[in-house]
Amino acid sequence: MTTVVHHRKLETVSPLWRYGMGVFFLLLAALISFVFLRSVAVGVQTRFVMTPGGITQGTLPDWVLDARTTLLILAGLIAVAGGYQLGRGFAKLTNTVLAIVMLLFVFGFLVWAAAGKSLNLAGMLGNAIQLSVPIVLGAFSGVLCERAGVVNIAIEGMMLMAAMVGALVGAVSGSMWVGLLAAVASSVLLAWVHAVLSIKYKINQIISGTVINIFATGFTSYISAKFLQVYEHLNKTAIFPRWAIPGLADIPLIGPLFFNTTLFVYLMFIILIVLQVALFSTRWGLRLRSVGEHPKAADTLGINVVRTRYMAVLLGGVVAGLGGAYFTLGSVGRFDEMMTAGKGFIGLAAMIFGNWTPLGALGAGMMFGFADTLGSKLSILGSTIPPQFMSMLPYITTMIVLAGVVGRGQAPAADGVPYEKE
Amino acid sequence: MDEKTQKPKNDVGKVVLQELTGGEAQAKSPRRRFWQPLVLPALAIFTGLLIGAVLIILTSEQVYAAFRQSFGAGLLAALQAVGKAYGALLQGSFGDPVRIVNALGSGDALEIRRAINPFLESLVAATPYIFAGLAVAVGFRAGLFNIGVEGQLFIGAAAATFVGYAVKGLPAYIHMPLAMLAGAVAGGFWGFIPGWLKAKTGGHEVINTIMLNWIAFRLTDWLLAGPMQRPNSGGMPISPMIEPTARIPQFFPAPIRFHLGFFIALAVAYFIYWLLFKTTWGFNLRTVGANPNGARYAGMNIVRTTVLGMTLSGALAGLAGANQVLAITRAMAMGLSSGYGFDSIALALLGNSTPLGVVLAALLFGFLRNGATNMMVVSRIPIDIISILQALILVFIAAPAIIRSIYRLRSVQAQEGGVFVRSWGGK
Repeated sequence: MTTVVHHRKLETVSPLWRYGMGVFFLLLAALISFVFLRSVAVGVQTRFVMTPGGITQGTLPDWVLDARTTLLILAGLIAVAGGYQLGRGFAKLTNTVLAIVMLLFVFGFLVWAAAGKSLNLAGMLGNAIQLSVPIVLGAFSGVLCERAGVVNIAIEGMMLMAAMVGALVGAVSGSMWVGLLAAVASSVLLAWVHAVLSIKYKINQIISGTVINIFATGFTSYISAKFLQVYEHLNKTAIFPRWAIPGLADIPLIGPLFFNTTLFVYLMFIILIVLQVALFSTRWGLRLRSVGEHPKAADTLGINVVRTRYMAVLLGGVVAGLGGAYFTLGSVGRFDEMMTAGKGFIGLAAMIFGNWTPLGALGAGMMFGFADTLGSKLSILGSTIPPQFMSMLPYITTMIVLAGVVGRGQAPAADGVPYEKE
Repeated sequence: MDEKTQKPKNDVGKVVLQELTGGEAQAKSPRRRFWQPLVLPALAIFTGLLIGAVLIILTSEQVYAAFRQSFGAGLLAALQAVGKAYGALLQGSFGDPVRIVNALGSGDALEIRRAINPFLESLVAATPYIFAGLAVAVGFRAGLFNIGVEGQLFIGAAAATFVGYAVKGLPAYIHMPLAMLAGAVAGGFWGFIPGWLKAKTGGHEVINTIMLNWIAFRLTDWLLAGPMQRPNSGGMPISPMIEPTARIPQFFPAPIRFHLGFFIALAVAYFIYWLLFKTTWGFNLRTVGANPNGARYAGMNIVRTTVLGMTLSGALAGLAGANQVLAITRAMAMGLSSGYGFDSIALALLGNSTPLGVVLAALLFGFLRNGATNMMVVSRIPIDIISILQALILVFIAAPAIIRSIYRLRSVQAQEGGVFVRSWGGK
C-alpha cells in the first residue's frame, strides 16, 4: 500500500544505461584480474582483524584469506554479473546489483591493498559508521523536509551552527547534555528562519537555504575567531563516551560495531526506524507526504499544509542539529571553522541517492562514510593508487546512479514549490 | 503560402516573449524607474549594516566593560565601537580621504598611487566575483542552478596554471590569453558534464555539481601533490611559478596589484550581456530557462541549450580561477578560493541575474571584503562579519516583504520576489 508512491516511473531502463552498466561491471572484473591479481604473488595472505581496537567485548579471531583465490572468486562473480547484465539485464534490480558489485570490488581492492599485511577491517567499519553519522542525519533531515515539499539545502549551515553552539555551550555549562540541547535549539532556530522565509514569505527555497548557509558560515567563524580561538577554555567540551549495551555488545563483530558505540550512532538508528515507520506506515506520514506531493489535494482534504510544512522543517532542524552536534560533542570536543566540510551537502546527495527514503539515505550515507575511511586508510597501507582517486569513487558512483533510473521524477512532486492558498 | 507557415510561429514567439519578459516589462512602465529599483537594495544594505552593528556591539568586550561603569559610558563605547569598525571598513575599501587629498596636493605620483591603493585593491577583490557571479547568473538564466562554481574554478585555475608554467617561449600577447583560454575551456568542460547529464539523463545538476566539486578538489589535490608539484617544494602541494609571459599584467609597480583582469572581467560582462540579450542564442537560452515547455513548443533545442548554458557557466567560473592564478597568486595552491563558489550564488541573486547587476554586486562584495580586511586589523573584528552582512543583505533583497514591513513601504507589485524563482527553474 505504501510502496506505491515512491516507485512510480521506475520501470523504464534505457538500453544505453543497461549496456553501459554491463560494460562497467566487466571493466571492474578486468581491473581485478589484470591489475590486482598480477601484482599478488602465489600464496600471499591477507589478514583482516575483526575486532576494533580497544574493544574487549564481542571479539572475533582474525580472518585470513588467500589473496589470489579471493581475488579470482571476486573477479568471477563480477564478470558473471556483467555478462548477465549485457545478455538479459537486471532491469529494476540494476541499482541493487550495482551496489553489490561495488561492495565486491571494494572488498577485492582491500584484499589486494592489504596483501601480505594486516588490516583492521572491523575498526575500519566502525570508523565508517562514525563518519557516516552526520551525513546520514543530514540526509534524514532532508528527507523530512523534502517529503513535505520544502527543499532544504541549509542542512550544512544548520549543522555548522549546531557544532559551534554545542562546543561553546558544552564548554561553558560543563555538561555535554546541555551542549547537545543548545546545539539542537540553534539548529531549530535556523530551521525556523528557513520555514518562515520559504513558507511564509515564499521566497525561493534554494535562496533561503543559501542565505542560511552563508550566514551560518559567517556567524560561526566570527564567534570562533572572536572568542573560541582566543579563550581556549570556551572551546573544550566533554564528549559523549561509548556506551556498551549489556548482552548485545558481546555479539561478535555486530556487538562492537552497533551496540558498543556512542549516543549519536544509537540515535541514528533509532531515528531511522522511527522515521521509516512514521513516514510510510502512519497517518501522520501519509499526510506529510501528501503535502509534499499534492498540497492542493491535501488542503482540500482538510490537512493544514502550512502547519505540516512548518512541523516538517522544524523536525528536520532537530535532526540536523543532532548531526551537527556530532562534530563537536560526539567526536573531537572542540569547534574549528568550517568543520562540517560539506557533509551537509553530501547528506543531501545521500538523500537523493537513497530515493528520499530513510533506509536508502542510510545506505548511501554509509557508503560515503566508508569511502572517507578508505581514503585515509589507503595512505597508511601505502597503496600505489593515490588515495585521492579512491575517495572520488563515491562521488562518481553517485553521478552514475543519478544518470540512471534514479535521476527521473523520484522527488516529491511539489518539492520546492511554495504553496499558495486560493 | 509563406504567411500561413509564418503566422503560427510568430504567435508562439509572442507567447514565449510574454512569458519571458514578465519582470522586465513591469520594470519599464512606472514613471519613477530611475530610483525605484534602487530603493530596496539600498534599504537592504542599510538594514544589513545596522544588524551587523548590533552584532559588533554585542560581541565587544569594551562595550560590556563600559556598561559596567555607567549606562552613558556604555552607550558611548557602543557608538565608538561601531564608528571605528565601519570607519575602518570604509577607509579600507576606498582609502583615507585625507591622505588622498594630501597626496593629490603634493603631486607625488608614488604617494598618490599608495593613497588610492585601497580603492584599487577593492577592484582587485571584485574581479573574481564578477566572473563567478556571471557564471551563476548565466546558469540561472538557463534555468540551471550551478552550485559547482567552486569546482569549475579549481579546474580552470589548474589548467591555466599548467599552460602558464609548462608552455615556454611564447610572447606575452599570446601566452596570457592562451592560459586564460585554457582556464575557460577546462572550467567549461567541468560545467559541460553536469549540463550533459541534465539534458540527457535528467540527473539533477545541483547534486552533480556538488559531486563534481568534490571530485575537482580531490583531483587538484592529487595534481598539486603529484604531476604538477613544484620540483623543490619540499612536499608542499604547490605548482611551479607560472612564466612571466603568462601573467596578467599589473598596471603599477609591486605593492599595487591592480591588474588588467578587472577590465577583462568588465569586457566579459558586456559580452555576456550582448550574448544573453542581443542574440538569438541568448533568447533561446533565456526562453528555455524561463519556460522549457514553451521553448519546446516553439521548436527550440532544449538539450543543446542546456548543455551550452552549463558549459558557458563553467567557462566563466574557470576564468575566475584563471584570473586568480595568473594575476594574483602566480602559482596554484589549494587555498585558492575564499569561498567564491557560494558567494557567487549570492552575487547572481543580488544582481538579479543581469550582467550589470552582477558587476555592481561584485563591486559591493569586493569593497566589503577588502574593507573588512582593514576592519580586522584596526578594530579586531573577524573578517567573517562580511559573510553575515552578505547573508542579511541577500535575505532582504530576496524577501522584499520584510523590508517593506520594516520601513512601511507600499507594495508596488505583489509578485516582485518571484523574479528569482523564474530564473532558476530546476527542481
